[in-house]
Amino acid sequence: MAKYLRPETLATALGMLKGDALKGAPFSVLAGGTDFYPARVGPAPDENLLDISALNNLRAIDEQPDHWRLGALTTWSDIIRAELPPIFDGLKLAAREVGGVQIQNRGTLGGNLCNASPAADGVPPLLSLGASVELSSASGVQTLALGDFILGARKTALQADQLLTSLIVPKPSTAHAAGHFVKLGARKYMIISIVMLAANIEIDGAGRISAARVAAGACSEVACRLPALENALNSAPCDARLGDIAMAAHLAPLAPLDDLRGTAAYRRDAALVLLRRLLNELGARA
Amino acid sequence: MTAAVHFTVNGSAVAVAAPGAKRLADVLRDDLGLKGTKIGCNAGDCGACTVLLDGEQVCACMVPLAQAEGRAVESVEGLAGSGAEINALQAAFHRHGAAQCGICTPAMLMAGSGLLAQVPNPDAAEIKDALGGVLCRCTGYTKIIEAVLDVAGAGEPIVAPAGAAVGARIAKVDGLAKLNGAEKFGADGFPEDALWLRVVRSPHAFARFTLGDMDEFIAAHPGIVRVLKAADAPENRYAILPGLKDQPVLAQNMVRMRGEGVVALVGARATIELVCDEELPITYQPLEAMLDIAAATAPGAFQLHADRPGNILAEGKVIKGDAEAALADCAAVAEGQFKTTYVEHAYIEPEAGWARRVGDRIEIHVATQTPMMNRDEVADVMQLAHEDVRIIPTACGGGFGGKLDLSVQPLIAIAAWLTRRPVAAIYSRPESMASTTKRHPAFMDARFGCDAEGHLQAVKFHTDVDTGAYASWGPTVANRVPVHAMGPYYVPHVATSGRAVLTNGPSCGAFRGFGVPQAAITHETLLDDLAENLGLDRLQIRLTNALRTGQQTATGQVLEASAGLVPCLELLVPHWQRALDEASAFNAGAGPRRRGVGIGCMWYGIGNTGLSNPSTMRVTLDRSGKLTLFNGAVDIGQGSTTIMAQICADGLGLPVAQISQIVGDTDLTKDAGKTSASRQTFVSGKAAQLAGEDLRQKILRLANAGPESEIELSGAVLIVRDGGERHEIDLSAFSAGGDGTVLEGQGTFDPPTIALDENGQGTPYATYGFAAQIAEVEVDTELGVTRVVKITAAHDVGRAINPIQVEGQVQGGIAQGLGLALMEEYVPGRSDNLHDYLIPTIGDMPEIEILVVEDEEPLGPYGAKGVGEPGLIPTAPAIFGAIRHATGVRLTQAPALPHRLRAAILALEKSRDGNE
Repeated sequence: MAKYLRPETLATALGMLKGDALKGAPFSVLAGGTDFYPARVGPAPDENLLDISALNNLRAIDEQPDHWRLGALTTWSDIIRAELPPIFDGLKLAAREVGGVQIQNRGTLGGNLCNASPAADGVPPLLSLGASVELSSASGVQTLALGDFILGARKTALQADQLLTSLIVPKPSTAHAAGHFVKLGARKYMIISIVMLAANIEIDGAGRISAARVAAGACSEVACRLPALENALNSAPCDARLGDIAMAAHLAPLAPLDDLRGTAAYRRDAALVLLRRLLNELGARA
Repeated sequence: MTAAVHFTVNGSAVAVAAPGAKRLADVLRDDLGLKGTKIGCNAGDCGACTVLLDGEQVCACMVPLAQAEGRAVESVEGLAGSGAEINALQAAFHRHGAAQCGICTPAMLMAGSGLLAQVPNPDAAEIKDALGGVLCRCTGYTKIIEAVLDVAGAGEPIVAPAGAAVGARIAKVDGLAKLNGAEKFGADGFPEDALWLRVVRSPHAFARFTLGDMDEFIAAHPGIVRVLKAADAPENRYAILPGLKDQPVLAQNMVRMRGEGVVALVGARATIELVCDEELPITYQPLEAMLDIAAATAPGAFQLHADRPGNILAEGKVIKGDAEAALADCAAVAEGQFKTTYVEHAYIEPEAGWARRVGDRIEIHVATQTPMMNRDEVADVMQLAHEDVRIIPTACGGGFGGKLDLSVQPLIAIAAWLTRRPVAAIYSRPESMASTTKRHPAFMDARFGCDAEGHLQAVKFHTDVDTGAYASWGPTVANRVPVHAMGPYYVPHVATSGRAVLTNGPSCGAFRGFGVPQAAITHETLLDDLAENLGLDRLQIRLTNALRTGQQTATGQVLEASAGLVPCLELLVPHWQRALDEASAFNAGAGPRRRGVGIGCMWYGIGNTGLSNPSTMRVTLDRSGKLTLFNGAVDIGQGSTTIMAQICADGLGLPVAQISQIVGDTDLTKDAGKTSASRQTFVSGKAAQLAGEDLRQKILRLANAGPESEIELSGAVLIVRDGGERHEIDLSAFSAGGDGTVLEGQGTFDPPTIALDENGQGTPYATYGFAAQIAEVEVDTELGVTRVVKITAAHDVGRAINPIQVEGQVQGGIAQGLGLALMEEYVPGRSDNLHDYLIPTIGDMPEIEILVVEDEEPLGPYGAKGVGEPGLIPTAPAIFGAIRHATGVRLTQAPALPHRLRAAILALEKSRDGNE
């Protein structure tokens, strides 16, 4: 009979991964269940499970002197409700667009990253926040930039004895910084995106951009940053014409596919339109 | 041993010993017997299983039991609290008609309750955000939003006094059970000891196959009682239409479509669910599938059915005058080719039911739109007398045409017969989508011509529809479309035709409109073309051509009465002008967002096409004074149970509240025909009126009272007041028949039709519904995204028996029309779920304004016709017209997904640049 383990401390959980409880046996990690169950529509699940939902310490948002720490079990609703500075505006907007409220109440940030869907709503805003992930195992903690953690569609750098425990979001180097997010889909709620874009900018005392991070989702196997655009935005005045800087060539890192939701050509075209709008709105507001 | 998980459900402590990963939805339903929580997809896509977990809405299908430990679960059964029948939110749903079939209603109520606990007076935007994770396929969401907004309202449901039920906005007579979780749908009443059945389906669209040693397979899988095969069906073929029985219960040697059943596992639920399809000894030899009409009609193409040469299933046509010659003389001619795709019914309740053998009869409890046809079809498959099959319909969680065909019925019946055990089955969502019927993809080619003033002179139209692997309702579509394809207009010269082609695609059948919604896209686009060519107003050209009473249709039928398109259009004139003015003002500004206004008209023949489709209703009084309507018209959420009660009550002269009903049970009710073709209000409604009047006459005769007398039923005593005279009839003093009946009335109505001749001439329908809708849209031209801002819908329904329900049908139809126009595209094998196959959510719905026209139909009950399908038909063409007005893009393909519309906008810009 399949094992169902629900430890109450991280040490116990990591011990289960390392020790006899799960070592060598195939198992899945379960938190909010919003990706786990949809992948198993037919019969009741019959597999070894490590349910980490009782690790209450992992459901917390902490402000540290130079960074924010988001526990892996933080839900989308937690993000929506939390009082957070404007750099998190993009992540909050993304949280509101995840599924319906039922999914927002259950789905976790950590799960969204570990599931590694090309259309994961959390990845572009977290990339634009410069987030990294903490991977814990019985032998220690490894920190990886988010871009190095997600390796491909449904593929991450997580080792069998590791759990993704926290996300680390660095604080901006200027007092004035903000984020934004936009998602395009063919209906209003519960929609897998055709294109997603997220941006974060830091603004210096002269009203110019001192740092920018821009990421696109659902346009490549893994959501990705747009470094050429980020460079082009540097030193630009932050205003409602910020989007004029974005050019088709900036989208070179994208490799969109044709699928049910849209053609590759459409995705490229729409990504540029949305990127310009996103930057214009961000420039006007920030 | 599994440790028990402790939590509370609706305030009561429970302990459940089951695997930790078991879905909370299954725990609630199966371990705790709380069937009010529904399962629509098991994937978080539909939200039907929404409950509150510590006050927050969650999909119970995605919560592992283990995580309920120590927490509080609230489900629909707990909403009212002890002692009360319903709470304020449920009462508001009841008053507003916010529940139609009721399958999503528990979830809507729970999501709404979660919101109201945090925001006591939410606005519409907050309601949409909170309810956005629950799909509804019936209501169009409008009345749900109204109900949540009005939760504090003190209003009581309207009670209609005797003789005044018709036209009253009464709440559903069967509404409370849909609100408190008591309603039993197809999956809600399985006996504890039932065996379960699961179908193993073909992954190939076209293949030969052989079966290996099933005895060995069964021996290796303890818990499996039997594996059903084709040979277990005494007559392994069925179809709706006699003479076309081409669909096997289980495939024999060859599968002709993906998702076709090959064998069925019968046994313990856990065992049959855990068996992987790959474990079965089935060897497929895939063949080259004919996935479109071109492949199926190519020279030398494989013939899918022995009696269908060329893979042509059926053809229909209407010929009047000389269309080709008349077109040559027209001042303006418009022509075009249009195509639509597979559309899935996406009812929130997947197919489900159970059967048991009772002696040498079989009894089937199932969600269906047509109990009597189910009975006859199953009996034919089982080679039993029709009377030896009994269908007891459960509540039906949405049908829209998709539950007219057999699904689980013959499988569970054969299994129950052979095992002598109750056998139950529920289709999973992917299985439901892969194996059941779709709306026909239509490929249409048409020319419309008119004179210089815009009077239509001639119409040529042909459609090929992809009918998939089996007949289903393909012939009906091939016949109905030519009758309707010129639109609701007077046209002297007509040549229309339709052809249904068999392919290896999904079997296509009935879906709200039987092909007419597809054809309406064509005729309305071409009307817009003609208006543009001649510089005429788009509404005016429709008013010029609208069929009027006294005119002849293309089939040579003179419309004697109730052709209400003209009043519909006249009512819309001020709305049209306002909408055009507003769009023009909006578009005066710059920016990528453009507004547009479009109009769509439709007509729709009520009932079967040129075929007898009678209905019989019976109403009885027993010795205790119990008044019962034996109503064979199954209610699939559209409200026929309430409509029949209203009509029968007025025929009889007693209040609706005194009528009890037996609905749909084939042993107890007469044949009322199927719930489709918008026929129940018109056909069965008339029968209910006649039954009521028949009983009334018998009562009056007993009292020797005049026709104007008033009747009162008080306990077992009928009181008849005739002017100043008062008579009492003591029913308890009568001797009763076998079923306790002492008095009964019966009524039968078969709408008068004349079968179509070889040129499609005749009287295919006794009456027609008419409608016109205006759509106002906003298109983001840079992204190709369309937002429908408003639909103004004018519908001639003859007489609105219950205006709440008329509105609900129109709103729900508009939601499906919007889906057809903008987002719904079923791709076999790629969208067998409700996140890749998109139906509108609560946030996609426009403002809807409904204008009811009552151009009474003398044949109908109190003047009524049907409105079930008419709500849907004009919506897509109106939206397409509005997109064209906004962007200049003349769409020729549905749905107008963002990437398609954007590509068309770019192409138009390019061609304009090229012309400059």
